[in-house]
Amino acid sequence: MRKALILAVALAIAGPAVAADIGLVKVSSGDVQIQRGTNKLPATVGAGLQTQDVIVTGANGSAGITFSDNSLVSIGPNSIFAIEKYQFDSTTYAGEFEGNLKQGRLAAVSGKMVKQSPESMKIRTPSAIMGVRGTEFLVQVDAPAKP
Amino acid sequence: MIPGNDGHVGSIVVTQGSQTRVINAAYSAQRLAADGSLTAATLTEAEVKESFGTTLAALPGKPATFLLYFLEGKDELTAESKVELEKVFAELKRRPLPDIVVIGHTDTMGSLPFNDRLSLARAERLREMMIELGIPAERITAAGRGKRELLVPTDDMVSEARNRRVEINVR
Repeated sequence: MRKALILAVALAIAGPAVAADIGLVKVSSGDVQIQRGTNKLPATVGAGLQTQDVIVTGANGSAGITFSDNSLVSIGPNSIFAIEKYQFDSTTYAGEFEGNLKQGRLAAVSGKMVKQSPESMKIRTPSAIMGVRGTEFLVQVDAPAKP
Repeated sequence: MIPGNDGHVGSIVVTQGSQTRVINAAYSAQRLAADGSLTAATLTEAEVKESFGTTLAALPGKPATFLLYFLEGKDELTAESKVELEKVFAELKRRPLPDIVVIGHTDTMGSLPFNDRLSLARAERLREMMIELGIPAERITAAGRGKRELLVPTDDMVSEARNRRVEINVR
């Protein structure tokens, strides 16, 4: 019984990306991981993303993601990007997207949600918050200076 | 901000504590220092490439959009749309692990809930056609947008063939 349960959980995590995912990894280069709760998953091309996932890249890593509202996000090397909130209604185009760039570099192109309601997409950094009205922008968060 | 492929520059609003700044010009930026101060800056294209080259290189390609039309009252595509559907397949081959959203749209005849259902039914019909043509079912989603996004603006309760369309986004 216990074995079967663990197998089911493993399948749920490792199963193929399904359309219900909020986004998909489309570009993955070098060291890239998805942190989901206490799990670390490889961010291979085609991996599905969920709300609360954190994408972490190493010194040689970069990753590109497409979201269900057609927004695009890429992160560069040594970056940590958390998807804190994501909802999108494919009929009304209402939604909210809150990403948190804790470290590193991000490039983004806003999608249908922002076109429908400006500033529904927000990117936080350790000290500021950006409301996105459109369309293409870059964010960089430097590592804190060593004391 | 960086300009889009069409040269259009959007805007973002940066908020830090009680300070708010709008960035809305190409290559303009706000630098936020450790002490919380915000300073406007303008970067050059070369500086952006230097700092963000690897990041920008990882940005996925923009979704491609195709519009298909059905023959009125039938679940068969028009001759032009059959040709357009071949372009969709060509686009699928160009992308790594593509995923597809099929979005149905209607004209303004009928109520909002009626058109939501109709648009979803059209999208699902096209999704089934694409599955029959060999695209894995799990890579295609269908959505209905009803009469919320008219291609040709009209008053309510107007029959307009160009609004009865299905939009395909390939990501």
